[in-house]
Amino acid sequence: MEKYSTINSRAPRIDAPDKATGAARFINDFNMPGQLYGAMLQSPLAHARILNIDTSKAKKLPGVKAVITAKEAGSVKYGVSPARYDETVFCVDKVRHIGDEIAMVAATDKKTALEAVSLIDVEYEELPALLSMDDAMREGAPLVHDEYKGNICAEVHQEFGDVEKALSECDIIVSNKFENKMQDCAFIEPQGCLACFDHRGYLNLYTSTQVPHYVQRSVAMVLGLPIGKVRVVKFYVGGGFGAKLAANSMELGSCLLSKITGKPVKMNYTREQVFLYSRGRHKFVHNMTTGVKKDGTIVALKHDCLLEGGAYSSYGIATIYYAGSLLGGPYKLKNMKYDALRVFTNKPACGAQRGHGGVVARAAWEQQLDKIARELGMDPLEFRLKNMMENGDTSCNELYMSSLGMRECIESVRDKSGWQEKKGKMPKGKGIGMACGFFVSGAGFPIYRSDTYHSTATVKLSEDGGTAHLYTASAEIGQGSDMTFAMITAETLGIPLSSVRVSSGDTDFGIDLGAYSSRQTLMTGHAVRNAAEDAKRQVLKVLSDELKIAIEDMDIRDGMIVFKQGEMNFSTIRRRYLQEHRGWKNMPDNEPLTFSEAARTAFLAKGIIYGKGKYKPRWLGGTYKGAAVGTSPAYGCSAQIVELSVDMETGVVTIDRMTDAHDCGLAINKTSVEGQIQGSLMMGLGEAMFEEVKYDDRGKILNPNFGEYKIPTALDMPNVTPIIIESNEPYGPYGAKEVGEGAIMPTIPAILNALYDATGIRFNELPLTPERVYMALKKAGKNK
Amino acid sequence: MKKLIALTINQKKYELAVNPGMSLLDLLREELNLMGAKEGCGIGECGACTVLLDGKAVSSCVMLAVEADGCEITTIEGLETEDGMHPIQKAFVEHGAVQCGFCTPGMVLSAKGLLDKNPNPSEQEIRTAISGNLCRCTGYQKIVEAIKSVSERK
Repeated sequence: MEKYSTINSRAPRIDAPDKATGAARFINDFNMPGQLYGAMLQSPLAHARILNIDTSKAKKLPGVKAVITAKEAGSVKYGVSPARYDETVFCVDKVRHIGDEIAMVAATDKKTALEAVSLIDVEYEELPALLSMDDAMREGAPLVHDEYKGNICAEVHQEFGDVEKALSECDIIVSNKFENKMQDCAFIEPQGCLACFDHRGYLNLYTSTQVPHYVQRSVAMVLGLPIGKVRVVKFYVGGGFGAKLAANSMELGSCLLSKITGKPVKMNYTREQVFLYSRGRHKFVHNMTTGVKKDGTIVALKHDCLLEGGAYSSYGIATIYYAGSLLGGPYKLKNMKYDALRVFTNKPACGAQRGHGGVVARAAWEQQLDKIARELGMDPLEFRLKNMMENGDTSCNELYMSSLGMRECIESVRDKSGWQEKKGKMPKGKGIGMACGFFVSGAGFPIYRSDTYHSTATVKLSEDGGTAHLYTASAEIGQGSDMTFAMITAETLGIPLSSVRVSSGDTDFGIDLGAYSSRQTLMTGHAVRNAAEDAKRQVLKVLSDELKIAIEDMDIRDGMIVFKQGEMNFSTIRRRYLQEHRGWKNMPDNEPLTFSEAARTAFLAKGIIYGKGKYKPRWLGGTYKGAAVGTSPAYGCSAQIVELSVDMETGVVTIDRMTDAHDCGLAINKTSVEGQIQGSLMMGLGEAMFEEVKYDDRGKILNPNFGEYKIPTALDMPNVTPIIIESNEPYGPYGAKEVGEGAIMPTIPAILNALYDATGIRFNELPLTPERVYMALKKAGKNK
Repeated sequence: MKKLIALTINQKKYELAVNPGMSLLDLLREELNLMGAKEGCGIGECGACTVLLDGKAVSSCVMLAVEADGCEITTIEGLETEDGMHPIQKAFVEHGAVQCGFCTPGMVLSAKGLLDKNPNPSEQEIRTAISGNLCRCTGYQKIVEAIKSVSERK
């Protein structure tokens, strides 16, 4: 018999039929009677003082119902980390990047709203724009925010062990610099929202977000409302990848305009506005020095990093810590030093894109490890196996690997890809490379300092007992969390998946911190399991009283009550149930007692049965400053092998094959796990090969569209061989942990290492455009 | 001045007075409440607004409604019949080809446009047919597998 009846299978997602038939509704598919349309005025300058804003002409335009600026919206500061709240709904005294929000209009139709925006006159005093970290850190540079001297948003200094001493004892020391470019999350659904105050002053905000809870808190704080008066609801969300992780000006402005006009206010970003809001990948410049012993033992890593964060802090305080802490594993490393600065510039703010903070650091380091292995004359794969952490190890920065199937990941990609037959034997112009990585299964702490539950869940049984309805505030953003929780509910209650309904993404359903840091499966999964167990216990308790049988002697399986001691007389229950359903079809007849009958019995005894669940991680603090970023209840990990071809004449690189193994603890849904692996690899491939947000010398984005900001198409993506490794995580629900972000970690370095294998050249700057590759080939005399 | 057009959408005939500047996408979404076609970029680059126009996949956001005068249009809402989902839709569900679902309607229609003309496409032909439909979630593989399974079934 299978261990599980629902989870660990390939059941098709519950939301897929609605999405495949066009029935699924996203934010822009909703309209309300009498709604107004919002439009925003955004700064055309990268850095300027606002001398005056004249909205009088805009206000006079027929159809315009309200125009608001900082004068109406006030100057309450909000953002992500309370210690660094540095955003206001609209610019108060100056603009800090092209696209910074200055004013918003609500009008009876979109065209009028846009016309009104064009009628707002702003007088600026232009300031020097800081468009690089060098500019921003130059002595005497103007400040992006007066409160942050030297334009330093955040600074981190950490040392574990004694790096200088350890390096002095190493046999091989390798140093290099590595950098990427800013990346856009490039989800296909632009952000949008619909805000509506009712006549009693209660606010409903429907929005495309990954974090209803954090948006609710920001809206309540900025508008000065109690949390209970603000409800945030997300419908289906067309991808997020990190950019939809906080309240934005459009949401806050729409709420304010709804309050002022008494009408619902709807607005959507254009694709260009998605780029202007950004919150994508930071630009990182890493300098790393790694020391190893002759026998191949990794001993020390000295690492410094500069992060270009754009004009606001956003998630940057977490990003800067992650860029260091996520190198603490998955190798045994006793000495690690990390010094970093996050720098403000006059560009849109960077944030927490998939693989938050760790992706570029991982790319830099895994390429360096490849270089070291070659200097040692070791197979890079064997070199990694030699240094690999094991189950139960703790990293030098106190990350505890309660389960770590890293070795199985490496061995399986080695075997599936044919590494041993191919390594060192690839034909001219072809290369093979590998890398590893790991990631958190949810952040150990919420964004605001609190002992809050990270997730609560409720399972309500319908009064006829036939359906279990899960209510969770978690955020289905495409990753499949609704399906995961439906499966956990069905498994835990012992009923078929078809008897479970899920309602999610609504702050009325409880607390859930949302879809970020790969937290939903583990954290919300625990709360859901907990709630379903509670509901099951309540049903069995009533049965126990009615049938005079111990709870332990019963179970629920496949929708039937199992009496472990043999047959039971439950004729009273059945008779009553049939009596209540005279004239109904498909009623229980000769079969065992059904879950429906049992749950109906519980309802008759106790009223509606609500199972309640909650979760917060055990204390994961660590003992040093910044330990909160990187700690997690569990870590997923992966190994990857990439094969590619290089056209030596043109520098065009084609990725031929990717093999990825990911340890996700236990796969609740195997198809979804593979989907996360394949999607992660695609985002990594895009960043490695061509994605780059480009700016002109005045801070304007040159490519805020899919024509010129290239993301991978079906023709760019090779087939991926996904391998699921199941290590059974002791702190995960049913042993499950993350897959959503960990799988991206090894992609870029595996590509870089394969490119070296093909060309003998190390690339220390992304992306690997044909031009960059061609110039390097030419310089090395290999372009023929 | 509005212009009168006659067209067939999902096998239903319409005569409509439309603003000459209105896109086909806005006509479908705002006038006819057919919300399956999505707007991801508004300039014909992402494919989320794909519909079939006389059997051919087109971006409805960069096409004027008046240009569709006399044409036959199929949107995602037109694929389901009384027998249930279209085989391509079923295949997307079964193969895990759907994640966020925002690109899915357009992706399904591009697949239909291909399979109606070429019932047994190669993998390269499938990838080419959907290369104008961007997806940021799936890595395309399960989408390609889903489309392939339909062609193999025939």
